[in-house]
Amino acid sequence: MSFKFIERSKLWFTISSVIVILGMISLATLGLNFGIDFTGGTRIQAEFPEGTTNDQIRTALSNVNATDAQGREANLGNSFVQSLDEGAFSIRTLPLDEEEQDRVVEALETEFPGFTVLSGPDIVGPTVGAELIKNAILALLIAAALLVVYISIRFEFKFAVSAIVTLLFDAFVVLTVFSVTQIELNSPFVAAILTIVGYSINDTIVVFDRIRENLKFPGKDLAAKVDRAISQSVVRTINTSLTTLLVLGSILFLAGDTLRPFALPLFVGVISGTYSSIFLAGSFWHAWKLRERSKKIA
Amino acid sequence: MIRYKSVIALVVLLALVAAAGYFAIPIIRQEVKLGLDLQGGVYVLLEAKATDRSEVNDEAIRGTIEVLRNRIDELGVLEPVIQREGENRIRIEVADAEQDPESVLALIGQTALLEFLDPSGETALTGANLTNARAVYDSQDNRPAVSLELDSEGAAIFAELTRSVAGTGIPIPIVLDGQVISSPTVRQGVVITDGKAIIQNVGSIEDAARIAGLLRSGALPLELERLEIRAVGPELGSQSLLRSLYAGGLGLLFVIAFMIVFYKVPGIVASISLTIYLLLVMATLVGLNAVLTLPGIAGLILTIGMAVDANVIIFERIKEEIRNGKTLRSGVESGFKRAITTILDSNVTTLIVGFVLFAFGTGPVRGFALTLVIGVLISMITAVFVTRLIVKLVVNTNIIKSTKFFGV
Repeated sequence: MSFKFIERSKLWFTISSVIVILGMISLATLGLNFGIDFTGGTRIQAEFPEGTTNDQIRTALSNVNATDAQGREANLGNSFVQSLDEGAFSIRTLPLDEEEQDRVVEALETEFPGFTVLSGPDIVGPTVGAELIKNAILALLIAAALLVVYISIRFEFKFAVSAIVTLLFDAFVVLTVFSVTQIELNSPFVAAILTIVGYSINDTIVVFDRIRENLKFPGKDLAAKVDRAISQSVVRTINTSLTTLLVLGSILFLAGDTLRPFALPLFVGVISGTYSSIFLAGSFWHAWKLRERSKKIA
Repeated sequence: MIRYKSVIALVVLLALVAAAGYFAIPIIRQEVKLGLDLQGGVYVLLEAKATDRSEVNDEAIRGTIEVLRNRIDELGVLEPVIQREGENRIRIEVADAEQDPESVLALIGQTALLEFLDPSGETALTGANLTNARAVYDSQDNRPAVSLELDSEGAAIFAELTRSVAGTGIPIPIVLDGQVISSPTVRQGVVITDGKAIIQNVGSIEDAARIAGLLRSGALPLELERLEIRAVGPELGSQSLLRSLYAGGLGLLFVIAFMIVFYKVPGIVASISLTIYLLLVMATLVGLNAVLTLPGIAGLILTIGMAVDANVIIFERIKEEIRNGKTLRSGVESGFKRAITTILDSNVTTLIVGFVLFAFGTGPVRGFALTLVIGVLISMITAVFVTRLIVKLVVNTNIIKSTKFFGV
């Protein structure tokens, strides 16, 4: 007895395509909120008196001028202000020199009694962000290449490519979460994407391991073998995701602002990883295998 | 019939784990190194640029790091990290939240090239000939000054310099980083042969102390551009640490509860091997002298989920074997055997990602990758050896006879 996953392959492909299209729409319209690590700039995290709003902070900042990268006078009223836990705010401006920083702190101190700097000023040059992206893409490509080699040796090339497709889907879902929620993209983003890549591959391989084992048994019905493999591993897939989600959920709700932008994409990514290893990975591999067979017959 | 030998072995094993935990936890807590983000401090990334005195090469970078180290040592902070990164970058981490970021930056930025000019405006003497520099109050006007002591070569040059200008009213400009800070003249008939000089007009006594410190540590061979500065206050850091430990602890309890409800006896075993897993990971991090950062803790918390996974794979396989008609004992045996290839393949793929991250990542990504790799490796060991040992002991005691206790 097993659930007919493969029979409904078209449904899974449709659902997955819809998710990808929605993600693309979000990326095209909302875009991504690149943080200080990518754009460069100055960031200050500070505590403000109770009831302070983003607008009040922006108004106070608009009284301060600074020189931008092109040497023009710019008004700091356009700075990115985000509220954190317990009356704290994160303020991101264009890169400031020491004298400009002092002016900002002074302006905020006069406007808001009880203003205390918690962290910063952090200053990040624009080159650092560009390198971060370059290194992350390089790391992803190298990891993907090594995974293809390893899976091709232990399984076969088609499993390797199917696993990579599943993994790209999950990474894209994480990227979409960053777009929809407008969470700032900083270096934890790179770690989040790569974690999901690691998690997703782990999940997918457990299913493929079972397909590999079932292929050794007699019988020609490929779809039935894949269905059985997914059914045999589905309790494990769900339980593992549940335990991981229990831990991630605790971080999400309890660990505070510093880890939340990291935990939320991971939370959604683990759900996506579970979905894709149950519904997408096996179906994709099966569809490919089937096309190859029909070609051989024709 | 209950086998008491196995019962005793099981009890001894559990007592050992409890004792190890009891003694190891305080040591781990004391020895574990916390990153900047958890205890506060200053992080600076610098890029070295060539000057007319030096090209950017290995030797110049080494020299620059040496000078920076001397200067930061003047602050008296514990174990500052000053490391070369890539070709031409230097990373500085001062994990001391009480340290004002400005004072760290003031020390790093200045080249501190000291020059004495001769009457033709050429450099006669540089800070390289200095043996000591101290902040003092000048004996003549009682204002802050920096007193200098020169080595024998410097003293000879200085004696010649003072002789050549004595009584002429021509000053000896003392230049720091291209700026004349003092222009003393030498009275008729005076030749300074003891290699002692004084810089006046240095501002407050604190300024004098800072300049003296910079001069003692020597001039930077290279110009340094600040690429990145991060400062974390002590409060924010310790708050983050407490909250993430609290979240991690609670998450762990949820996982243990879930495993026991779902897998019964094996769930208890998994919880024990999870505890052993965490102890081993922490001990390894301490042993490797690794610095625990916030992303590192996140990686650690995530590996809890993955460590459980290996146990889940094993227990699901055992259940399946039992359902297929095997006895408890042989089901456990073949379940483990079959689960191992699955665990191996799935974990090796995660390890590949972890290693690549560690090799190509920077900063927070590396900290995350390190805990991920250590976590995955140790989780494999605990699942394959520890869980197996305990499950076998439990089965061997003959206390549990029904497969019901295995959640079948």
